[in-house]
Amino acid sequence: MAFIKFNGAFLRRAGLGACLAMAAGIGWANQSETTPSAPLAEPETPGGPLVMRRLTESQYRATIADVFAPDVPVTGRFERALREDGLIAVATSHGSMSAFSVEQYDVSARSIAAAITGEERRAQFVPCQPEAETKFDKACATKFVEQYGTRLFRRPLAAQERDRFVAVAKAAQQKLGGFYKGLEYALIGMLDSPQFLLRMDHAEPDPSRPGSIRLDGWSKATRLSYFLTNSTPDAELLRAAASGELHTHEGLSRQVDRLLASPRVAVAVRAFFWDMLQFDGFNDLFKDPTIYPGYTVAAAADAEEQTLRTVVSHLVREDGDYRALFTTKKTWVSRPLGILYRMPVATRNGWEQAEYPADSARSGILTDVSMLALHSHPGRSSPTLRGKSMREIFLCQKVPDPPANVNFSIVQDAVNRPGSTARMRLAEHNDNPVCAGCHKLTDPLGLTLENFDGSGGFRAKENGVSMDLSGALDGKEFEGPQGLGQALHDNPGVPACLVEKMYRSAVGREIASPEEPVLEYLLGRFQSARFRVPQLMRAIALSNSFYAVKEQPDTTPQRTVAVAKEGERS
Amino acid sequence: MTQLNRRTMLRGLVNGAKVAMALPLLDIFLDVNGQAMAATGQRIPVRFGTWIWGCGFVPERWVPTSEGADYTMPVDLEPLAPYRKQMAILTGFDVKLDGVANKPHVTGNLGLRTGVPVPNETVRAPTLDVLIGEAMGQGTRFGSIELSASGIERSYSFRGAGSPNPSETSPLALYQRIFGEGFQDPNAASFTPDPEVMVRKSVLSAVAEDRQRLMKTLGASDRQRMDEYFTAVRELEQRLELQLQPPARLENFTKPKAPEKTVVDGDIENVMINHKIMAGLLAQALACNQTRVFNMLFSDTTSNLRRSASSDTHHTLTHEEPVNPKLGYQEQSAWFAAQSMVACRDFVDALAGIKEGDGTLLDNTLLFAHSDCSIAKAHAVEGIPMMVIGGAGGRVRTGFHKAGRADSAARVGLSLQQAMGVQVEKWGTGSMDTNRTVTELVA
Repeated sequence: MAFIKFNGAFLRRAGLGACLAMAAGIGWANQSETTPSAPLAEPETPGGPLVMRRLTESQYRATIADVFAPDVPVTGRFERALREDGLIAVATSHGSMSAFSVEQYDVSARSIAAAITGEERRAQFVPCQPEAETKFDKACATKFVEQYGTRLFRRPLAAQERDRFVAVAKAAQQKLGGFYKGLEYALIGMLDSPQFLLRMDHAEPDPSRPGSIRLDGWSKATRLSYFLTNSTPDAELLRAAASGELHTHEGLSRQVDRLLASPRVAVAVRAFFWDMLQFDGFNDLFKDPTIYPGYTVAAAADAEEQTLRTVVSHLVREDGDYRALFTTKKTWVSRPLGILYRMPVATRNGWEQAEYPADSARSGILTDVSMLALHSHPGRSSPTLRGKSMREIFLCQKVPDPPANVNFSIVQDAVNRPGSTARMRLAEHNDNPVCAGCHKLTDPLGLTLENFDGSGGFRAKENGVSMDLSGALDGKEFEGPQGLGQALHDNPGVPACLVEKMYRSAVGREIASPEEPVLEYLLGRFQSARFRVPQLMRAIALSNSFYAVKEQPDTTPQRTVAVAKEGERS
Repeated sequence: MTQLNRRTMLRGLVNGAKVAMALPLLDIFLDVNGQAMAATGQRIPVRFGTWIWGCGFVPERWVPTSEGADYTMPVDLEPLAPYRKQMAILTGFDVKLDGVANKPHVTGNLGLRTGVPVPNETVRAPTLDVLIGEAMGQGTRFGSIELSASGIERSYSFRGAGSPNPSETSPLALYQRIFGEGFQDPNAASFTPDPEVMVRKSVLSAVAEDRQRLMKTLGASDRQRMDEYFTAVRELEQRLELQLQPPARLENFTKPKAPEKTVVDGDIENVMINHKIMAGLLAQALACNQTRVFNMLFSDTTSNLRRSASSDTHHTLTHEEPVNPKLGYQEQSAWFAAQSMVACRDFVDALAGIKEGDGTLLDNTLLFAHSDCSIAKAHAVEGIPMMVIGGAGGRVRTGFHKAGRADSAARVGLSLQQAMGVQVEKWGTGSMDTNRTVTELVA
């Protein structure tokens, strides 16, 4: 197999002028002549900055479920996450919290704490019994704060921190009466704390490289845990962090293999793909009910779930080749989806594994209702949005926004005109050189999916005319959705993009150009593992780069208008 | 009378003056002129809000043909004619790009709101509603309330890059957030401070104790993020502090009833309904001092409004609809632009419907309505339509049309901030930078 040369920097910097260059097929170089062996040893890594990452909604929920129990209520609302260069995971280290978020975190904290310390369940969660409920039992309160503080802050509490929350418990008990009321408020304090809501990297001097720093064991455990399980470190990982084992290759490997063998990996893969596939877009996806009566709220939720199930079962349960996600006939269906797909579904409530029929136009996740509907308008399909999303999601290419000052007068509305197709309408863009560059990137991909309407339903004709479903990607021509899936399957940029996205998601930041050899190395590992995603995760989790940090000059400019002045707290 | 009970005294004076008024602040009295005055000399609070509609306008249907007070009301502004005297129409003010790439529907909108045009959504300065909110100070339950009527959970209210305040999209959720748990009915028969609220407040103080130590460990950009977190915690503490004080009685106020569940999406019929309900709830929330700052996104800047059973949205129409040769503009797009002004009237109606002092809530509000572009088809950021509506407690002058003649749009943002008490002499960067107040607006 040809070794794929990673060429990401070029694409990430690609601007408007690059549209035509990309259309011409420049992008991922496929060095097929002399197959060089992938670098097996990890190259030197420059190390990234210490980051402070906010828990995502799914991480918050998973963490609460793991630290307490899955049925503990989280009643606050979550604001829609910020997305940066295609990933929410990257934006978690940049975006800040709105007043709304903090208000809602407090709502959740109160619902959680009330459940944990309430009469019904306190025996399950409180590790000790107070001598008397009416008297403050400092030892028991301290034990409670230490136990949950460690899990929530992902490290042991400093004495000062511990004392602060014990003091909260005491004060609350005095005011409200009852030992458990005290614990309730101590827990609210910990859940409202930035130490819980934000994963803050902590560094220490690196004994093996004097003058340099490394992540401390707790920070390593946290990074590893959220990457491989999308949740907080479990007790065993915290133990390994405390013992220093994570700084040794053996100790780290043991933990990585343990976590990769656990069912939690499926959760992490699901969370990663939810982010990569931009499924937060379902939050404000509306379809016209008159035009698409089959597309209901229930069907939309199931469409999202269908694709995630397919991804997880293919990549994790069946240990499948990532590229086959674009060609597989295997899928999952529910009753509401059966209506949209016109497929019989035996299971009354819930899910069953299914296959798209051999003669169906569908194969691979690109023909799932989720992807088709998400990148369409409320009342019609959009080859441009579909093509753009494919470039951005699966090929890591940034398709520029349309120029602001385009003269649209040549593009006349004919959506519902008899005999009109999207191809005919979009052809008008191609006569305009300002539009043509980017539309040549997006439309040849999107037009191959035109036999699916704006809700993802199958249609043989548009406005009474059969459609030309031919398309092209990087110079390779193909026909229809199956051809499109195969073209993505065969495109070397597809696995390279996954490597880049998964690495960026794991480290939670943009990558710097000195890190590109690392991506090339990881791509080599992915390729030699025949594109098994858990193997890619393993390679990342065991790489030095994943943990490497260096001190950064403190140069980020401060905002010019101060929001809150230092020392104004009362 | 040896002991003055604040509440009885208040009641007596209000009755004596025979003026129906709202009393959103503690210790409010009326002066002899019927102007709302607090015992501390404080007036009825002034509120500030923005109202955004997407995809601009049809100039020949919107821009008055003459300047000053005696203009003929353009056809699309006809719905707002009842508010002619309380409205200033500002046309021909430009967002100056200085070579910054014009990201369609983003650059103009954020340029207008921050004074700094940006090629993406990474704002380089807070939006003016945040600056004004900071200058107005706290003392309300919510720092600001963001609303969106078309199901898009987005706002264009930024404290800093990456932290827009999310919008409430459902009237019911809005109701629960404002009038649900934690709401104190100003006319409740009795008041007892809730000890749990006291404890909650002390918990937040304990959380905030970490601030100084934590800040030292962070780099500049993370320090800024942490600062925003602690600012939000502080806001929450102040909200709890308010809950520990008896709310001032408020005449003409009954706690609104929870709205029925509605369909939230981009169908303009649903949007008009949701918008009207949310406007009503917001007006009530302003009246009883739950917030003084708000941002309503009637339609997003890439407007997803559509008519039922149509395959086009307002936004796609602006690009794809042919110009009607008889009319000289895009007929369907124009319909949505016209409907947006009907919605604006609905919103103003809600404010004007609440009595306050010797006037209405509208008299004590400065509403800044604007779009993201002028002619959506070309994403033009020159001449973005803007209106200043309401009296702002006497701090602005209205009742005219002013043509900007390609002046910087930051002149308007600067003037609004100055009217609302922000100490600022110049605003904006590059060609946007201005120290020229729109004098016509100055009261």
